[in-house]
Formats: sequence, structure tokens, C-alpha cells
Amino acid sequence: MNQLRRTFLKGTSAAGTIAVAIAAGLLKPGQVLAAEWNKVAFGATTTADAMKDIGVGGAAESKDILIKAPDIAENGAVVPVEVTSKIPGTTAIMIFVDKNQNPLIANFELSNGTEPYISTRIKMANTSFVRVAVKAGGKAYTASKEVKVTIGGCGG
Amino acid sequence: MAEGMKIRATMQGDVADVKALMSHIMETGLRKDSKTGQLIPAHFINQVTATLNGKTVLDAQWGAAVAKNPFLGFRVKGAKVGDKIVISAVDNHGEKITGEATVA
Repeated sequence: MNQLRRTFLKGTSAAGTIAVAIAAGLLKPGQVLAAEWNKVAFGATTTADAMKDIGVGGAAESKDILIKAPDIAENGAVVPVEVTSKIPGTTAIMIFVDKNQNPLIANFELSNGTEPYISTRIKMANTSFVRVAVKAGGKAYTASKEVKVTIGGCGG
Repeated sequence: MAEGMKIRATMQGDVADVKALMSHIMETGLRKDSKTGQLIPAHFINQVTATLNGKTVLDAQWGAAVAKNPFLGFRVKGAKVGDKIVISAVDNHGEKITGEATVA
């Protein structure tokens, strides 16, 4: 384990500081944040907090993020979601579900030719907005789509 | 719970379309055992890494709300037929599952 990184993470438990460090170019996103499971962000109980904690707080709404998900999901335990970002220089894609107990679903860091596209299947507790955030060129962008769930897929 | 992973990678133009299916319970830690009323402890994949010929192409952190037996699809530009894709996943118990495929 990289001692310097440990010290750094300990010293900056406020994720905002990390975001500032990234913005200032001190840290390359994907080096510090991707390697370590972000307990704070995954444990956050609102999408806004989770976005802040993972470094995409204050993301700008964008029409260049396409979210393909069903309008109505019969089974919240398996909701297919496909994300495509048309924003040049996209390096990370994050998926959130507003109404889940912990909204952050996943963070995908892309490198070495991986296209800004992710396809996966997620769990949704209730009808909710599925929100996607992307990092591109040091900035954050976001878009959302509502998915109606008839049978929840979390808890019970 | 670490039973395995299936991967398929096919060239579509100059892009390798990679599809992976992992076998994992993805227990959220929010469900109760119907007999005992106790919470079932969380058990889910939280780290996924994919490499193409040894170079990292995807590094993901997951929460417990990725669906059971996770599916992951992504596309790598500049790949060629015969390239090797390796995906490894580690869960919150430290159990690891790995799969590999040759781009076809």
C-alpha cells in the first residue's frame, strides 16, 4: 500500500478537498479515487452527497449523456441500464439511483481506448430517477431518466 | 460464492465489444432472513478491473446495488482479433473471480 496515498486520504477525509485537489491538477482522477473503494460515497444516503463525495458535486446538466433504461421496470432487482457519453474526453461514468438507500451504484473509470459506454444491470428499490454523472476534461456533467418500478429490488 | 465469470469479446469495426457475466449473489445487506428476522450480511463485488493485453482499460468500483450475477458491457477502441481481455472482480470478503477471453 502506497504510504503517501494513505496519508493523503486520511488527511483529506472531506471529499470536497479531494475534488479541489483534482480541479487544481494535484491529483489525477483515476489514480487515487479509482484504486480505493470510496466508502463515504457508497455509504451516502442522498444522490447529492454521493456525487459530492465521489468528486462530481455541482455537475452541469448535459444532453450529451444518453441513458438507455426501460420507462417501466417490472422487476426492480434487474434493471438494464446503458450509458453513452458524447462528451469528448470522458474518463469516468457513474450511476446513481435517487431513491435507493445508498444512491451510488457504480463508478467506472475508463482508460487506454475504452469508449465512453457502459452497459450493466442495477437494482432499484422504488420508482426513481436514474442519474448518470461523467467526468470529462476535469469537469463533471450529469443527466437523468425516470424509471418506474413495479416490484422493488432492494431490502424487503 | 466465487464461482466464475463468462466473457465474450467480438470486434465490431475497430472496436472490441466486451460482454461479461459474473456469477455472484450481490447481497445488499438490507434484506432480512425470512425465518430468523436477522439482516443478511452484505456480500457483493466492489472492485472490477479489466485489462487488454495487460493494459488497464476499465477500473470500476461497485456498490451493492449492481444486480445479482452482474452483467458488464464495455467497448475498447483499437483492439484487434487475438487480443486478450482479462477481467477480475473482488468482493467485500476479499474473494476474487477472474475470467479471460480472446477477442474474436
